[in-house]
Amino acid sequence: MLLSMQDISKAFSGVSALRSASLEIAAGEVMALVGQNGAGKSTLIKILTGAYQRDSGTILFEDEDVAFATPGASQAKGIATIYQEINLAPQRSVAENIYLSREPKTALGLLDRRAMRAGAAAVLKTFNLDIDVDMPVGHFSAATRQMIAIARAVTQKARLVIMDEPTSSLDEREVDILFQTIRTLKRNGVAVLFIGHRLDELYEICDRVTIMRDGQTVAHSAMADMPKMELVRHMLGKELAAFQAIARDTGDDEAKPVRLAVEGAGSGVRVRDVSVTVREGEISGLAGLLGSGRTETARIIFGVDKLEKGSIRIDGKERRYGEPADAIADGIGLVSEDRKIDGIIPDMSIRENMTLALLPKLKKAGIVDRARQQEIVTRYIKALGVKCASPDQPIKELSGGNQQKVLLARWLCTDPRILIIDEPTRGIDIGAKAEILKLLRNLADEGLSVLMISSELEELLAAADRVTVLSDGRSVAVLKRNELSETALLSAMAHQVN
Amino acid sequence: MTTIDTSAPGERAARLNMAQFLSRYGTFAAFILLLLFNLIVTPNFLSWQTLNVNLTQVATIVIVAVGMTLVIATGGIDLSVGSLMAIAGTAAPMIFMGKLLPIENMGILIILSFILPVLLVMAFGWFNGMLVTRFSIQPIIATLVLFIAGRGIAQVATNGNLQVFKNPEFQFIAMGRIAGIPAQVIIMIIVAVLAHCLIRYTVIGRQIIAVGGNEKAARLTGIPVRRVKTFVYIVSGALAGIAGLIVVARNSASDANLVGLGMELDAIAAVAVGGSLLSGGRANIIGTVLGAFVIQLVRYTLLANGVPDAAALIVKAGLIIIAVFIQQRAKG
Repeated sequence: MLLSMQDISKAFSGVSALRSASLEIAAGEVMALVGQNGAGKSTLIKILTGAYQRDSGTILFEDEDVAFATPGASQAKGIATIYQEINLAPQRSVAENIYLSREPKTALGLLDRRAMRAGAAAVLKTFNLDIDVDMPVGHFSAATRQMIAIARAVTQKARLVIMDEPTSSLDEREVDILFQTIRTLKRNGVAVLFIGHRLDELYEICDRVTIMRDGQTVAHSAMADMPKMELVRHMLGKELAAFQAIARDTGDDEAKPVRLAVEGAGSGVRVRDVSVTVREGEISGLAGLLGSGRTETARIIFGVDKLEKGSIRIDGKERRYGEPADAIADGIGLVSEDRKIDGIIPDMSIRENMTLALLPKLKKAGIVDRARQQEIVTRYIKALGVKCASPDQPIKELSGGNQQKVLLARWLCTDPRILIIDEPTRGIDIGAKAEILKLLRNLADEGLSVLMISSELEELLAAADRVTVLSDGRSVAVLKRNELSETALLSAMAHQVN
Repeated sequence: MTTIDTSAPGERAARLNMAQFLSRYGTFAAFILLLLFNLIVTPNFLSWQTLNVNLTQVATIVIVAVGMTLVIATGGIDLSVGSLMAIAGTAAPMIFMGKLLPIENMGILIILSFILPVLLVMAFGWFNGMLVTRFSIQPIIATLVLFIAGRGIAQVATNGNLQVFKNPEFQFIAMGRIAGIPAQVIIMIIVAVLAHCLIRYTVIGRQIIAVGGNEKAARLTGIPVRRVKTFVYIVSGALAGIAGLIVVARNSASDANLVGLGMELDAIAAVAVGGSLLSGGRANIIGTVLGAFVIQLVRYTLLANGVPDAAALIVKAGLIIIAVFIQQRAKG
């Protein structure tokens, strides 16, 4: 084995991120590392490269017990990492980038540019890349930049190249070029750790796969012995027992009027052709693997990103929003996926975070009506069971579940007709999860239309009245309630529609 | 998540509380300390004369710094305030001296010489806002444009000549007194109180803080981020304009080269010392006022005790470093 990581554990301020995870890679092997957001992939990589220090476990690299103190130390030993956003200096030339931080010098201690150029051109030639090494890196396409980064790794005598979602910004032709490069690396005995989530690509290029979930490595296998369905099942887990199916009325859903209808929506490369409907008083699920375009679809509906093709109808009327404010005016709310990045205003109080969207309606001559604000906040804190010291506590001090409740209340107090909720229970403990799902159910029963984006099977199965499955920016299946089952969802997600 | 503090919890809490205490009351404590120091050391400190000098000198800094606080609260910065002061300060005398408008009535001219220059620099503030919001130029670069060009405009308008005048009606804003209080001090108080209420009690005020606190999240709650940002640059422009009028009125002369020179730095310093985060999301108007007072008192203390103005600049720089350092610690 080139690399053997065993029983790796790591916790951040008491919260466990890795629990005895393991990873083994042989020389000249391409290993796939897959898992959902938060499964622990990047923590594992960062421990390997020395960006984090492990709490326990062993790492053998080339049969030597190692503990890298910094990423620089692992690089010196032959572990190179190519990140999604490639860490090259875009304004500097190709040759300069390849030799960055270990430039050849002349006898006088000056840069030996001639040696740099010749060396850079030679290594790029081994990858069939014939480019002007004096051009700035920023001039080239994403695929070429990636190959430059790989070439740099090779000149550093890398034995293991870690690629973090290398294909996420590449088109099909560029992916082919990258795969040729990976095959060249293999022939030279270099191992590749390939982190990705496009199944077809994984099956094309990888020899073996390691699957992570909830900080643990749940399966290792040769790629050929792991059917797609099985792989998805391992990734998403199936702890159905943890949830009770949430009671639903058994009326005829198809008779309810359609409130939101998205047809053939497209924007950029992430959303190509998505159709989704949400009826009055139902929870419509939006499923799909990471990168399938779920969040992006929500952003289009809410007017954050531009709708480039297709149509969005609200109650039958075609709408096109330039800004979220327009969507809000039409009675739409969006609870976003990442609370920290685009949900909470960390330093503001619970009271203010909760009423931010309602603020324009809370004013008398431009001044915030404090009494009404207080009344609404008190009501929702009680209704949703937000645990806090006082409404004036900064929201950043709350737990994830309570922050999520505040953000949910932010929209509920605007009395919306459509609520889009992206990963409603991300980063929330199991008890609060069921509570939030039940809450959504009750709201739907009162007539709210909910579009629930989720990557947790059990959540979709427990709460959704219908699930639309996305794959690679396209809606590939719609499962009605009577068709909903774990198997059906999994096979649609693995894109094996029978 | 990534930083791991290894110190014992109790020790850490104590350190944090000290930093938080300093960040909350440090400016006030510094102000009190400076007052005490002066009472003991500086001769004749306790006199109407001293109070008058300090209040009239600090008024323009406070007025401009209040606008700066709003801009900084959105995560921006306005370098053009000094140059906008020069524009307003040169436009006003040109109006009441009849160089610009064919109006004979002195009363109307005086009124216009208050209103038009301020409207003019508000337009320039709007221009700043447009550069920042529509063209997504970083605020420090966007406002650098008028920092450079604004003073140029004022100089070209006057051919670089000094405008000297004596006009008691216009100069009332700097020379006049209401109930014994200098008019500019009253303006300062009104501006500070209004801004404080704006931030605390109005929708736009809370939206300013939200935009600075997390712009992405603010946009997703329907806050018109561009409009909010443009608004603060316009307000900053208007307040710079008022300060420009006060400065020329006080000097009985308008020199495009000198009006508001270096004011952007005093204003930023007042905001920083006053405890508003330079990264946005917080606007402490009372802090800014205190910050301006501290800076003014430091300068006065050093001057009154025979230390040259140049040395005062170094002390000012030291104050800013301490203020920013305390902010960083309090955040941790």
